[in-house]
This record gives sequence, structure tokens and C-alpha cells, in this order.
Amino acid sequence: MTHAAAMRAPAGREMGAGVYNEKLGIWVFLGSEVMFFTALIGSYIILRFANPGAFAHPGKVLNIPITAINTFLLICSSVTMVKAFAAANMGDMGKMKLYLVATTLIGASFVGVQVYEYLHLIHAGFLPSGIREGSELAELAVAGELGLGSADPAVAGVYGSSFYTMTGFHGFHVTCGVVCMAYVTIKAFRGKYTQADHRGIEVVGLYWHFVDLVWIILFTIVYLV
Amino acid sequence: MTSVAAAADHAHHGETHELSFVRKYVFSTDHKVIGIQFLLMSLVFLFVGGLLAMLIRWQLGFPNEPIPGGAALPETMAPGGILLPEFYNSLVTMHGTFMIFFAIMPLLVGVFGNYLIPLKIGAPDMAFPRLNMWSFWVAVPAGILMLSGFFVEGGHAAAGWTSYAPLSAVSEYTGVSAGQKIWLLSIAILGLSSILGATNYITTVVQLRAPGMTWFRLPLSIWALFITAILVLLAIPILSGAAIMLFFDQTLGTHFFDPAGGGQPLLWQHLFWYFGHPEVYILILPAMGMVSDIIANGSRKPVFGYHSMVFAIIAIAFLGWIVWGHHMFQSGMNPRLGTGFMISTLLIAVPSAIKTFNWMGTMWLGSLRFHVPMLHAISFVAMFVIGGLSGMFMASTPVDIYIHDTYFIVAHIHYVLFGGSLFAIFGAVTYWYPKMFGRLMNPFWGKVHWLLTFVFFNCTFFPMHTLGVYGHMRRIYDPTQYEFLQPLMGINRFITISAFLLFASQIIFVVNFVMGWFRGARAGENPWEDNGLEWTVPSPPPHGNFATVPTVHHGPYEYSAPGVVEDYLPQNRPLPDGAGRDAR
Repeated sequence: MTHAAAMRAPAGREMGAGVYNEKLGIWVFLGSEVMFFTALIGSYIILRFANPGAFAHPGKVLNIPITAINTFLLICSSVTMVKAFAAANMGDMGKMKLYLVATTLIGASFVGVQVYEYLHLIHAGFLPSGIREGSELAELAVAGELGLGSADPAVAGVYGSSFYTMTGFHGFHVTCGVVCMAYVTIKAFRGKYTQADHRGIEVVGLYWHFVDLVWIILFTIVYLV
Repeated sequence: MTSVAAAADHAHHGETHELSFVRKYVFSTDHKVIGIQFLLMSLVFLFVGGLLAMLIRWQLGFPNEPIPGGAALPETMAPGGILLPEFYNSLVTMHGTFMIFFAIMPLLVGVFGNYLIPLKIGAPDMAFPRLNMWSFWVAVPAGILMLSGFFVEGGHAAAGWTSYAPLSAVSEYTGVSAGQKIWLLSIAILGLSSILGATNYITTVVQLRAPGMTWFRLPLSIWALFITAILVLLAIPILSGAAIMLFFDQTLGTHFFDPAGGGQPLLWQHLFWYFGHPEVYILILPAMGMVSDIIANGSRKPVFGYHSMVFAIIAIAFLGWIVWGHHMFQSGMNPRLGTGFMISTLLIAVPSAIKTFNWMGTMWLGSLRFHVPMLHAISFVAMFVIGGLSGMFMASTPVDIYIHDTYFIVAHIHYVLFGGSLFAIFGAVTYWYPKMFGRLMNPFWGKVHWLLTFVFFNCTFFPMHTLGVYGHMRRIYDPTQYEFLQPLMGINRFITISAFLLFASQIIFVVNFVMGWFRGARAGENPWEDNGLEWTVPSPPPHGNFATVPTVHHGPYEYSAPGVVEDYLPQNRPLPDGAGRDAR
């Protein structure tokens, strides 16, 4: 098989989806990812409707400005991803490598900011099990500053549960994405991609955009609403 | 170069370099080897699951009597050979878990999905052979992890195979802590294996069909496995998500399912059954597909209503997503929802009946060949009808309120899962065994095994309907504790003895399976005179499957076609009039 044919559907076969196997494969796999996040987000919606008092007012516990910057970072990384793929399509390998490096670094910094956010929240007393007794946040809860349904900080149990599970699994996905992106970047520097065949970049890119999209949903429903 | 092209290339160049033993038989990327690996793994778990069932049956038939040889069990399970109630709960949980997740599901999807898809569509291998290897080698540790639960402190998971919260979420309720966590981890890991497999199957069927293998020339087994793969892809992640949340409830102190912390126990049931009902069809659709292939072969006639069979598979798979609430009529869910779920559930009877009548229509006036796979396939149809009809009882809310969680449901699930899926699996293993190993299983002992299994299966499970109607509870350690169950002990003993005989009959299958490997008659390319592409290559097929890419001219059920000398016509041979044609 020549390189020019590599980005097309497999030759000598009945007409399939009209794309190469890896591209169809990642789309299929993303279908299962959608269902996974549906389970988490659906549970969050149900728990939140069942216990409206368990969730603090937006911005009271979670730091919206920092997360907004982080969201902006992740969206930027999707842009650089598109740029890398476009450069590969144009045959501009130098630009492709530059944008791949940028995407990897921005993605890694998103994870870094999230780790910082977690440490900060845990320090303030926000845990997967809820608000820790005697912590800074517990005092605010007792004072009625957080907008919880009750002055007892224990009411926020499901808040911590769903926040950490959803954002944690998203963070895990970004981390996996960064690892894959680093792998693709190293391959790019070794000259494994050509204008005719750069499937790895497109496949990782599709995954990357998906993870970005999930974050935009999570940021909206967990932080802003 | 795509991996497929690589595999095809490999086949063209022949065995230019000999693969090491490990690469060829252990960490193999060949879909046929992986299929056989799944076969051996899941048969082991089928045996384990059966063994657990024997212990359960002993306790129900002869409560508080020492098990013969039970002294070998440790004190924490059965002191003096008498099962502890806690261990009994683990047995019930793990029998269901092993049978569903580690026996029937890998037998249908792992074994035949892997083995049949590339061969039947005329592909050299899966779209992603290395991913395929991983899907097996992720399943093995999950299985070992699941087995290890028996040996940890507190015993294995004991909250039922459905792991209802809060029973499963709070370790004080069952006394099991580590076992339940192991159960959840193992299920989540196995889920990854299933998702990788499903991604592969879907991509392969869409992309790698041989020229001429249009969608409506696909064998029904491949249609069923394809639709099943979509169900696996979309249903399993829901279970994984739910299992992880429950795992966090136990380890990180989250409160998803524990009402004491604001969680929702019903949420677990909704998530579990939103996965669980598609799972039911994951466990039966591939069986239906393979039975369709076998019945057409045994009747020497085209499948009656090929297109309606395909659309029935799709309809069942679609309806399977909107019926999960019928597992929860008694859960405290809004009863008005029950009516909706009842109607959608009863609707499934329509495509199921289409399939059943089509199987009978296929056999009608055929020149029947009662070979062993055919006997199993016919038993599948008969047992599936009984299991399907008892399903109607439970789908109707007024009846279900009475028989819910009794032995009636135990009878039902075994009629569809053993009488249905497992008979189909016995048939399919016997049918494709010669292709896998190049030798036939002994037909005489195959028939003896079939007859004994059929008789003892019905002796074991049919009386359970009666027990259920009398109100015998589904998960109960000692039925003699209840006065109203005491008159039923005769039936319980009869079931237990039948179950032991049923288990013993399987020894014939095991011996036949192992002996066939060494002593079976040489099979040749096409021992069943079938039309599928897999029967046009040597048994077992070489690495890369096809020497040249086959061209497909018609559907897989051209039996007794006019103008053809033999009563079969492989898909790569044109019809006498030269016309290409859909399956009919």
C-alpha cells in the first residue's frame, strides 16, 4: 500500500464507512466514552435534583476564575491541535511539530492547574465525602455563607462525591490524552508522519476534542449552574 | 500502512519468519487463537460457576446436612461440611457473576465474535489485531481477581450479582468488605476488555467485508454479533461508571448510593438495569444468530425471512434500551412508570416471535439433518419459547407483583440463559469445533450429551416455576425455616438430584471436547456442507485466513438452489445464472 492511500478506506474491500480503520475505531470508542460520562453526569443530575440543598451556590466553594482560565487553556489546546493537523495536511512539518508541542504543554498545564485546585479545595475542607468538620468551609457552612440547604456541613456529601468523581475522571482522561499527545509528538520529531500519512495525529486529535467538549459541559453544569 | 494491510501482506508473503511459541499461542494477535483462548478461559469459568451451583443446590435440597466431601472446605465457608449462610450468599452472588460475565458473555461475544467475524466476512484478521490481544489479556486478570475474592478476609461479595445498594455499599450489612471491592474492580476491568473488543468488532464488520459481501449478504450470526457489539459498546460503560461510583462509596467515602449521606439507592438500580437489560440481549442475540446459521444448514433450506430476521435483531436491540424498569416493578419506583415499562417489554415479544416462527418456517419441509449442532439449535428454539413465555408473566406488573423475586424468575432466567444461550453455545462449539481444531467431536457422544442435558435441564428448571408460584423465595438459605415451604421440599430434592445429574452429564462434553482434539476424525474443509466463507479455507485456517481475497456472489443460505448439483453453494461460488443476489 502506498503512503498516499494510507489515509483512505482499506482497499479491495466492500465499501465501509469511507474512512481509514483507526478513524472509525476512535469514533466508535468515543461512543462508549459518551455513555461513560452519561452515567456520571446523569447521576449528578439526579442527585442534584434530589438534594438541592447539598450543593453550594456557584462560586462559594469552587473557584470559578481559576477554572475559567483553565477552561480557556483547554480550548486553546484544541485550537493548537487543529493547527497541528492542518499543518500536517499542508505538509508543513515544522509547524506541525510546533503545534503538537504546544498542545502537549497546554494540556499538561490544564492537569497541573486541576491538581492545584484539588489541593486547595482539600485544604479548605472540601473532600469526596463532603465538607470536613472543623474546616474553613465547615465554618462558612455553619454561618450559612455557602448557600447550602442546612447549616450542618454534612449535608454536602453528594456534592463532594459528584464533583470529585466527574472532574477526576475528566482529569484522568486529559492525562491519558497528554500521554498520547506526547507519544505522537515524539513520533513527529522522529519523522514518522508525512503529508500523506499522519493518521496518529488525527486520531489523537479526535480524542482530544472530545475531552475538551466534555470539559465545557462539566464546567457549565458543575461550576456555573 | 494499516494493520489490516499488514496482516494481509503477511499472508501473501507466507510464513517468512516463524513466530515464537509465545507470540503464536500466548500473546497472539491472530483472531482465531484469541477466540480459542477465550473459549478455554470461559469454559473454565463455566465449570467454576457450575460447581458453585451444585453447592447451592445441595443446601436447598438437603439443608443443614454435611456436603459429601465438604470437609475439604475451610471453616470460614462450611464448618463440618455444612454451608454457612454468609458463604451461601457469596455462592449465589458468584454463581451469577461467573456465569454471566465470565462464561456466557465471553463464550458468545469473546469466542465467536473473534473467531467468526473475520472468517465469515472474508477478512484476514480483525481491524486492530493488537487491541484484540489486549482485550483477552485484560479479561484474564479480571477473572483471576474475581476468583481471588474467595480467599480474602470476610469472604467474597455477597450482595447478589446485581450488587444492590445500600446492601453492597455498606460493608456492615453483609460483613463483606474486601470481597465486594474486588468484585467491583474486576467488573470494571472486564468492562474495559469488552469495550476494546466491541470497538474492534464494529470497525471490522463495517470496514473489512470482502468484495461482494454487502450488508444483506452477511450471515445472521455476523449481524447478531455486530448488533451485540453495539450494545456492548454502549451498555458496558454505564456499568463501569456505576461500579466505579459504588467503589468510591466504599473506599473514598462518597455518598452516591448510601441514603444516610444523601445518596440514592434507586440510582444504582436504574444504572445497573440500564446496563443490565441490554446485557440480557448481549447474552442471547449472538446465540440467536448462530442458531439461525445452524438451523438453515440442518434444514438444507434458506433461512425463512432473512430480512425480517435482521430487522428483528435490530428491533430487539433497540427495544432493549427502554425496558430496564421491568426489573424494578417492586423497587419503590413510581408505579405509573411500571405501565410504560410493561408495554415496552411486551412489545419485545413481537420481534422475538418473528424469529421463532422464522426458525420453524426454515425447518418446515426441509430435508432435516439431525446432527449434534442441529439438535442443540432446535432445543434452543424450544427452550427459548418457554423462557420467553415465562418472561411475559413477569413483564406484566399485576403478575410480577406476586411472583417477583421467587423461584419463578430463577426458572425464567435459566430457561433463557441455559436453555437458550448455553444450548446455542453447545451447538456452536460443536459446529465450529472442526474449523477451530481440524477435527470433529464424536457425534455419538455428542448426541448422548445433548439428550442427557436436555432431559436433566428440564427436570432441574421446570419444577422451579411451581416453586415460584408457591412463593419460594429466590435467595434463601434454608427453605425449611418456613412452614409454607416445607411441603415443597420434595420438589427441591428432585431439582437438586436433577441438577447433579445435569452437571455430571457435562463431563461427557468435556471428555468429548478434549478427546476430539487428539482423536477426532479429520474434518476437511467443509464437514457440514455449509455456505459460509470460513468453510472455503482449510481447517484450521492458516494465519491470514484467505490465500486470496474471496469474492462474494450471494447470501449465506443458498441451500438446495435450483440448478446446483450439491444442495449447498459457498458464498464465493456464483449462482448458475451468474446473478449476484441478496440473502433470501
